[in-house]
Amino acid sequence: MTTSTSLGYLIALPLAGSIILLLAGRKADKWGHLLATALSASSFGLGLYQLSQMLRLEPEERAFTQKLFSWISVGTFNVDAGLLLDQLSICFVLLITGVGTLIHIYSISYMSHDRDRRRFFAYLNLFIAAMLLLVLGDSYLNLYVGWEGVGLASYLLIGFWNQKPAYATASKKAFVMNRIGDMGLSFAIMIAFATLGTVTFAGVKEASESASTATLTGIGIMLLIAAAGKSAQFPLQAWLGDAMAGPTPVSALIHAATMVTAGVYLITRSNFIFDAAPTAQLLVVIVGAVTLIFGALIGTAKDDIKKALAASTMSQIGYMTLAAGLGPAGYAIAIMHLLTHGFFKAGMFLGAGSVMHGMKDQVNMRRYGALGKFMPITFVTFGLGYLAIIGVPPFAGFYSKDLIIETAFNAGGVKGILLGSMTLFGAILTAFYMTRVMVLTFTSPERWEEDQHPHESPILMWLPMVVLAIGSVTTGYLFTRGDALVHWLEPVFGEHGEHTELLPHKVVSALAITAVIIGASIALVKYQFSEVDAEAPNKVSILTRLARKDLLQDSFNESVFMRPGQVLTRWLVKGDDNVVDGTVRLVGRTALGAGAELRRTQTGFARSYSALILIGALVLIAGIWVITQ
Amino acid sequence: MEFIAPSLNYAQLAPMLIVLAGALIGVLIEAFAPRASRFSSQLFITLFALVASLAALFQVRNQSSVDAAMGSVAFDGAGVLFQASILVIAILAIFLIADQENFTALAASVPGSDEEREAVQADLRVTEVFPLTLFAIAGMLLFPVASDLITLFVALEMLSLPLYLMAGLSRRRRLMSQEAALKYFLLGAFASAFFLLGIAYLYGYSGSITLSGIQESVVGGAGNDVFLLLGVAFISVGLLFKVGAVPFHAWSPDVYQGAPTAITGFMAAATKVAAFGAILRIFYVSFANAEWQWRPAMVIIAIITMVFGSVVAITQRDVKRMLAYSSIAHAGFLLAGVIALSKSGLEASIFYLFAYGVATVGAFGIVTLVRDSSGEVGDLNRWSGLGKRSPLLASTFALFLLAFAGIPLTSGFIGKFSIFSAAYESGSTSILIAGVLSSAIAAFFYIRVIVLMFFKDSVEDGTSVIIPSALTTITITVSAAVTLILGIYPAPLIDFIATTATFIR
Repeated sequence: MTTSTSLGYLIALPLAGSIILLLAGRKADKWGHLLATALSASSFGLGLYQLSQMLRLEPEERAFTQKLFSWISVGTFNVDAGLLLDQLSICFVLLITGVGTLIHIYSISYMSHDRDRRRFFAYLNLFIAAMLLLVLGDSYLNLYVGWEGVGLASYLLIGFWNQKPAYATASKKAFVMNRIGDMGLSFAIMIAFATLGTVTFAGVKEASESASTATLTGIGIMLLIAAAGKSAQFPLQAWLGDAMAGPTPVSALIHAATMVTAGVYLITRSNFIFDAAPTAQLLVVIVGAVTLIFGALIGTAKDDIKKALAASTMSQIGYMTLAAGLGPAGYAIAIMHLLTHGFFKAGMFLGAGSVMHGMKDQVNMRRYGALGKFMPITFVTFGLGYLAIIGVPPFAGFYSKDLIIETAFNAGGVKGILLGSMTLFGAILTAFYMTRVMVLTFTSPERWEEDQHPHESPILMWLPMVVLAIGSVTTGYLFTRGDALVHWLEPVFGEHGEHTELLPHKVVSALAITAVIIGASIALVKYQFSEVDAEAPNKVSILTRLARKDLLQDSFNESVFMRPGQVLTRWLVKGDDNVVDGTVRLVGRTALGAGAELRRTQTGFARSYSALILIGALVLIAGIWVITQ
Repeated sequence: MEFIAPSLNYAQLAPMLIVLAGALIGVLIEAFAPRASRFSSQLFITLFALVASLAALFQVRNQSSVDAAMGSVAFDGAGVLFQASILVIAILAIFLIADQENFTALAASVPGSDEEREAVQADLRVTEVFPLTLFAIAGMLLFPVASDLITLFVALEMLSLPLYLMAGLSRRRRLMSQEAALKYFLLGAFASAFFLLGIAYLYGYSGSITLSGIQESVVGGAGNDVFLLLGVAFISVGLLFKVGAVPFHAWSPDVYQGAPTAITGFMAAATKVAAFGAILRIFYVSFANAEWQWRPAMVIIAIITMVFGSVVAITQRDVKRMLAYSSIAHAGFLLAGVIALSKSGLEASIFYLFAYGVATVGAFGIVTLVRDSSGEVGDLNRWSGLGKRSPLLASTFALFLLAFAGIPLTSGFIGKFSIFSAAYESGSTSILIAGVLSSAIAAFFYIRVIVLMFFKDSVEDGTSVIIPSALTTITITVSAAVTLILGIYPAPLIDFIATTATFIR
């Protein structure tokens, strides 16, 4: 551990930006976006500097801490507002500020016609600050502040165009569903404090070695609920699709690259808890596996390009969660997939934004087609991201997904075969729906509406896409060369022992590539080489219909949670009216009645007052007499 | 016969002497100064005397002696704190009293007579109120430091007599004001008689009139216990009358309502500090060892007082009567500090008295501002919607009410919390329960006023808030600031009280 004094600036810079932009008002309209971008970029620069500092030290000493101030001090309970920058958080810092800065640049152009562009950038900076706090906090309580902060920023940005009621509703939905996860996190903190007496990562890690499995399982399950809420994992996944109501850069930054991966961060950060609580760990795997299939199935049926990408995000985070649930073997791989995904998915979202920019905000892919000719740069960058996500070697996604599939198979026994097969099936689905997106948008014959003149986006928009595309191509190779990332993260996650390999590495790769070929071929046959309707066909299988309705996630929520919840609320209101308020009213009435009676003693006559004094004195004497005798 | 010159510690007596000197100069001004210059010179002399007194007190704040005036005055930390509280409250109250709109033009005139009309037309002022106030303050300063029963009685009369007069000085509803003054005087005289009787019995019991002499007898246990019993009971009647504890409270709603509001504020705040100072001294110093005798009775009186004050306040429709009953309830809460009979009880009581006194002056200051064409509007129903017309004033009043109710972030919460915990520590669980319950009841009527001001539609009947004079503004602002600061950051004052508050024996 090394103390540092500069960590706070990482957060302070974007936070200052957001405050300045919000307080300066319309005066800042001219330069606000530039300031926000510059601050985000300087935060990135600071992150790079911190990385260089870390590289100069021995692996065990690379963790930096900084105590900002003493936050809570009640009796024996002390929480400092402290920051922790270690090998895990630096990955996130660079991802958040790096991708964040690119998206700031992109937004300058994307939002140039919006009269509230300054407010948009203020929120973006707020998000960056909160997200950095989330990953830099040295305790669950500090993390919680950032956790709520990104929830707020996400809410503000999803509902940025809140003049449309549907968008405002979407932001509310995201907020409410996130609350469930937040409850999980607060319960986890409470359990940790009540049983372990500390909420710092280091303290909990130390205490977890002697804590009971039941406690750790409880904390673990609560953390999982938190992660599921923030990362749109089953069963709290329903908000992510609607969150696409926000401007596309927001979808790229918050709902693809960074915030939605906070759950994965939480689980990997709490590795010491899950390692000691196998039940909770198994639940993590199950949630991840279910979500990866669930999201992929939804993705196959979506015609809205952003919703298709959102479903894909859900599914890809499912992969990460699954990997994180596989214990020491999987943590680093989960983070690796998280980072590569951050590049290619952000790039594709920006590409989608670029397409929408050229197509008058049309999002229906059935109204696209043949756009590759008109938007060559978007086509190429999106295409590179596409190759990365479906897992074509040597693009980034191939390396990370391949490792997840391999680790899943190596989990051992029936579990391993089951998980391995699910990840492979997920890979087929991924290849299918992503090829579908690609083909419908760029290569199939055009099905435009009247009066469309697609064109390439300006340089400020395509430049970030190019940078992200380069990342999508190279990062996988860089991270895996000599197991670089795994070794980098070893001080945080511990070394993982050798596993008995169920299948040789080459076989897994071959299987994965076969899965890609199968999925992509079906999609090509169905969409490239046969006629595509401009209107979504109605005569489709029940499965498609279900997938179009997000596998009934909303109906499920309504019937399982909302209606019983409403009934419960009605009963509670009744109970509150009759029992609680009733008691209060009874006390009030009694007091009022008593008061009305007692005030009659106040006759206004001096003679009755003095009589009262006399009687009082006599009673007092009698009282003392009785007591003393 | 040989005459022994009394040895007096002038430095320690200076705070009282300065106030008395100011009062005497005031009398001379009334007698000789031209009418036009009286008001300004009186105000100046009064404020000067009070500030000088406070400064003199500050000089001797760390001294203590039983012998400041031949054994009649005990000068100690607790005494300093009581005197300082009284002086601060008095300065705040003087600013309100300086707003002469509230006072009759000529106190001696018959209400409704030609004489009164002429006096009003001549724009006469009762500047006598300033020396009267100073005399009362001098009595109040002496009351909590008196260490023999005769001095105690003299102080009691010295603070009471000017107050009787001042209660009758109201400009409007003069008959009611004079009735209140007369009632206060008659009942006060009655209570004084009890007090004197108590002194006689205690002298009979111990053969001494000093508090420490009585304590020695109690410890020695030599005297006739019946005399002690009667003495404690009668003295208590006299003192409990002054603080308005049930069943000796009946005067207070009538007097609070009838007296000019500025006087009510002064009386409610400063008298309470002085009287509780004396009660605490007597019970902590003289009767502490006879605790088994008086404590159960005092517990019952405290509980009845809290509950009665809170319950009856609910039905009040006049703001001053409501505040009067609230002050009765507060007397009950303060008795908890007497019953605690511990150092923490004493500290809590001093903090409570100061916090309550300041908030009370501020609250009555606001009452003087809500008026219609015929003077102050006491009817609470006509205060409805005030928050919409005068948000600042209504918010400040709400702050004082919240302090009375003991809501956190106000001084009232800290006061109530510390006084109840002191009572609980000393084993008086019943006080704690009754205190919390009656606080809950009390919160109801305080908050009802807040609801009335902020959430009801306003009535259009000419009720308006006048623009306060600069002095009134100072009083209200300072009171509000103190109430808030003591609620948020009470530590310095609490620490200061903790290091200072002791009774010397």
